[in-house]
Order: sequence, then structure tokens, then C-alpha cells
Amino acid sequence: MAQQYIYEMDVLRRLNVRVSGAPKAQPIVFAHGFGCDQNMWRFVAPHFEQSYKVVLFDLAGAGAADPAAYEPDKYSRLDGYADDILEICARLELSDVIFVGHSVSAMTGVLASLRVPGLFAHLVLIGPSPCYINGEGYFGGFDESDIAELLDSLDSNYLGWSAAMAPAIMGNPDRPQLGQELTESFCRTDPEIARRFARVTFLSDNRGDLSKVSTPTLILQCRNDAIAPVQVGQYVQQAIPNSSLTLLDATGHCPHLSSPEETIEAIDAYLTAHTQS
Amino acid sequence: MNLPLSGDEPARLGFEEALLQHDPAELFDRAPCGYISAAPDGLIVAVNQTFLSWTGYTRSELVGNRSFQELLSPGGRIYYDTHFGPLLAMQGAVREIALEVVRADNGRIPVLVNAVMDSGADGGPKVIRIAIFDATERRAYEHELLRAKDAAESAEQRAVGLARTLQETLIPPRPPDIPGLDIGAGYRPSGNGDEVGGDFYDVFEIADGDWAAVIGDVAGKGVEAAVVTALARYTLRAAAVRTTLPSNALITLNEVLRAEHSERLCTAAFLRLRWHGPDWVVDMASAGHLLPLLTRPTEAPRPVGRTGSLLGVLRHPSLTDSSVRLEPGDSLLLYTDGVTEARNGGEFYGEDRLLSALERHRSLAAGDLATELVTEVVDFQAGLPRDDIAVVVIQVPASGP
Repeated sequence: MAQQYIYEMDVLRRLNVRVSGAPKAQPIVFAHGFGCDQNMWRFVAPHFEQSYKVVLFDLAGAGAADPAAYEPDKYSRLDGYADDILEICARLELSDVIFVGHSVSAMTGVLASLRVPGLFAHLVLIGPSPCYINGEGYFGGFDESDIAELLDSLDSNYLGWSAAMAPAIMGNPDRPQLGQELTESFCRTDPEIARRFARVTFLSDNRGDLSKVSTPTLILQCRNDAIAPVQVGQYVQQAIPNSSLTLLDATGHCPHLSSPEETIEAIDAYLTAHTQS
Repeated sequence: MNLPLSGDEPARLGFEEALLQHDPAELFDRAPCGYISAAPDGLIVAVNQTFLSWTGYTRSELVGNRSFQELLSPGGRIYYDTHFGPLLAMQGAVREIALEVVRADNGRIPVLVNAVMDSGADGGPKVIRIAIFDATERRAYEHELLRAKDAAESAEQRAVGLARTLQETLIPPRPPDIPGLDIGAGYRPSGNGDEVGGDFYDVFEIADGDWAAVIGDVAGKGVEAAVVTALARYTLRAAAVRTTLPSNALITLNEVLRAEHSERLCTAAFLRLRWHGPDWVVDMASAGHLLPLLTRPTEAPRPVGRTGSLLGVLRHPSLTDSSVRLEPGDSLLLYTDGVTEARNGGEFYGEDRLLSALERHRSLAAGDLATELVTEVVDFQAGLPRDDIAVVVIQVPASGP
């Protein structure tokens, strides 16, 4: 019975949805990637509050999303995460949505846009990769053994603190000694969930979905991104019909953290150009 | 500067000598951990000798040429980009991150890494200071721990699987088809079913039109109880062939239990069912077990038979055989104390509730009645029974065979 209640729990609470900015303006939804939570947008999202209705949320199993609502079956495929995006949009009665997805959430946004055509005005994909594993005639950047190593890495890094962190993850405001850990909990997830999410993220192959995308799309590509190399960004751009790619000066996988101004400018420039046309 | 231990000349000299050796540059280069200073994007701007010695790189290979994250294994690199880097950017520090550094010769060094991101006067990130600790031994130990944890988890799963398999051998998956009799049975282990319980039942053929039904409860739980349960079940099967009196079969079991020289206690009811025209004649004896309940179309449900001594204790248990005739429409219920001693708070399910349940469900077929009774008793305990529940329903169909 308790389970039942959790499943039906409001999506806004379940996924820690935060709405800010101009209430009646065009909505812009930010979806963070594998590893952290909506805090990843802290240097970028405030800029958009002047002209947009800004929607932030934590992916299922991440950040302050309700850990009890993580359903292993549902989230064994990216479609489960895409369902959540659509559920948030429906619950907030959003339309003409600008979707900004980082890393794995870029692909989740693609899947959501295919499910409900017309819901999204634009997709902004930051460091997208439709497939991380190298294949015949395809460079994804990784071999399967690299992913196995990542899982080991996750295991080692959760080993020391998972037991100590569990109460903080479960949310325990009446234990102030956990305050220190709570501030460091942005990137901390239940180890079992982190493992599952790593698998879903790095073993998915959505190359076949790209050509079906009809939503106008901007791809933001960093230089020297080990997770989503430039070739992969170009592959995505060539596969999505109505898309353009902006190569940022930023390096690494998280330009919204390392070069927030440049990231904001690139999104603004694209939106300005495409809203006027 | 404060000099310690004034008056202690040798200590003072030692302090002075060490102080002369102290040099911040030396401490950086020869510290027992690796040091790297890097630009916010990870590009190495300074590295100490300890790190170079561990990894086999030259200073010029690294400084200005490689970023810290490029020295990591591919899996570690992903971890850096998805966790380490974002944490540094958001909170300015990370600590005790487990990674692997790839050496110049492609070997790996497991390391633990602390890092801080220092900001300039404008508040923007300026430099990452990284301390790297060799964690080879610790990682090996952690791998052992992980393996032990995995082993413990799979051992637990195997134990649960074993308990379930064992239980299935003690409780027939479904009762046999007997011409002229309708048999239903239900069983629910205690708790979440991870442990083998002590309840057992059995229904088996002795000869044409001659059947035996047994229900019992062995003291205790787990493998110990399972061994006695198996012993009891097969002893009664063997004894049933050699004797016609139910009390004799139970006495045989008593002797076997006592011969084992252990505290193996057991209650059991043994019923022999023989086909007589449209009726079945049931001879029965109970050794400390709850008496069967008889339901007849025109009578209220009631216990039948006489109860005798528990098995495994006395050399000469006192047991009484009695007999009842089952006519078409009659039904007998065998059950264990997991039914009547089911508790809800301080309240027992009790015989009265059971009798009224039989009254209420007198129109149900044997299988449905067994299922219904188990469900009711489980529900009474809010879904988590503290003891095993076993029921066997023996009905003579109203239409006859």
C-alpha cells in the first residue's frame, strides 16, 4: 500500500521540481546529466529567469528526488526518464517548451520530443552522445571495458561513505551533524541507483532516434570533452534534420559549470536568432 | 619563534636541526604524497617529484602538456567529468575520491585524491590544488571487502533458495487426486519465508481406496527442524504400510525420535481414510496435535478424536484411536497452531474464530476453503505471520464419487 502511494505521489515533489522566473513566459526546462543534480544549473539558470519560466528538477534517484520512488524497472531504460520529463510538462501544463538537456538528459529530451510532437519549441543538447560505446564505423569514445571500469570507480567511491550517507540521502533534517555531508551530497546517490543509472547512460544506443527529431535543435559542443568528443557532437548534428552546432571554447564535459557565460551566450544567441526568424 | 622543551638540551638541538632541513620547496617535492597544481580546466602547471617518481613521467611531459584527468583510467576519467569536476566547481573542494592514475608504462596506481579549487580576487576559479595518495594496499583491501560483501550477499541468497527448496520437499506442492475425495491444502511460512518452518503435512496412498493424511509440527525452525520434519514424514509413510492403527504409526515415530537422543519434539495427527460405499471411514490418532474439525451439512463444526501425548518425550506415549464416518457433504479440517495462535496485538485468532470461519465458508470446495483460511489468518496478523500456517481440508463431495 505504501508503494502504491509513492507511485502516485505528485511528480513535483517526487522529482524535486523547482519553478522560478517569469510565471507566464515561455518555459525553459533544464535536465541535468549523470552524476549530480539540478545544482549543476546554478550558474546558468538564474540568467533565464528574467525572460522565461525556469523549471529545474532532479532526475529520479538523484539529488533530492524521492529515493523511494525510484523504480528499477521503469528506469532501466531512458524512456522511463523521458516519461518523467513529459509528466512534469503535463503537470505544469507547459507548452512551447525549450528543453535544455545535459549529457544523458540530452538523449532523454530527444526521446521525449519524439513521444509528444509539438510539445517542444527547441531542444538544446549540451554534450550529447547517442551512443558511448565504439561500434562498427562509429566512434563513441569508449569500449565496454571502460564502462566496467567506471562501475568499479563508482563502487570504490561509494564504499567508504555509503553507510554514513544513507541517512542524509533519505533526508534527515533533525540530525544537524549531517549538515556537512548534506552540502557535499550534490553528486551523491544511492550506490545501487548510481550503478544502474551508469549502465542505462553508457550502454544506451539511440542513434536510430536522431533522424526522427523534428524539433529545431541546438547542439553545444565543448572542446576536449572526453565523454562526448567533438566527432560525436558532429554525428548528432548531421543526424538531426533541423539542427545546428555551436563549438564552445569551453573544455571538458560541463560547460555550464566551467564556462557559464559562454554557455548562456550560445543559448541566447540561438534562441534570439530562432525566435526572430 | 617558540622553542619547545626549554631546559631539554638534546630535544632542542634535534628541533633546530630539523628546522634547518625544512624548506617549503623540499616539502612540496619530497612530500609523501603527490602534489599537482592545475588550471581550472585541469591542465597541469606544477607537479612534485613524488608524483613523477610514482608514475614515471618527466616534468616536461606533464607541465603545460597534460591535464590531471588525462592521467586517469577511462572509467576514472568519466568519474572525474561527472562527479569530481562538478563538485570542485560547485563546492570548491573534494576529498577521498578513489581513482586510478595511469603511469607512463601504462600500469595503474590506485590513488585517493583530495583537491581544492582556489579563487582569485575576482571570485573566479584560478587554480586546482591536488593531493594524491597512493592507495594500492587500501584498494586491495577494499576489493577484498567488496568481494566479501558480494559473497555474503550471494550466500544469503543461496540460503534463502535452499530454505525454499527444502520447504517444497516437506510440503507437497499440491495434494493428490483421490477418487471420491476432494483434498485442499494451504501453507504459509512465517515471516517472509526465508527460513524453513516446522510445520508439515502429507497425503499419500497405502492401497486402493486406502489413504493416509498426516499433519504435524516439529519444535524449532531452520535446518535442524527440517531434518526432524523429513524424518517424521518418511517414518510415518513407512509405518503406515506396516500397521493399520494410526496410534501405532505415531508410536513408531515416537521411538525413532527418542532413538535420536536429541530433544526432538513433535506433534502429529495421523488419519487413515478407507473407502466404504459412498462414505469414507476415518481412523485417527493425535499426538499432542490440534484435533481435526468436522463440518457436516446439518451440524455446526466441531473437533473430533482425542488428543494424546507429544512425541519424542515419553517412552510410552498415551494415544487413543478413534473413528469417524465421513458421508457425502462432510469435511474435515487439519491445521497447525499457526492458525489458532495467530496474534493480532494481544488477541489470538483462536478456535472460535476458526469454527465460525468454517461455518461461514461451508459451501466452499476443499481447495478454495484452504486458501481462504490461510488468507484470513495471514490478514489477521497484518500480513506477516509469526509462525507457519498449514491447513489440509478433506471433503467428501456431496454428489459422491
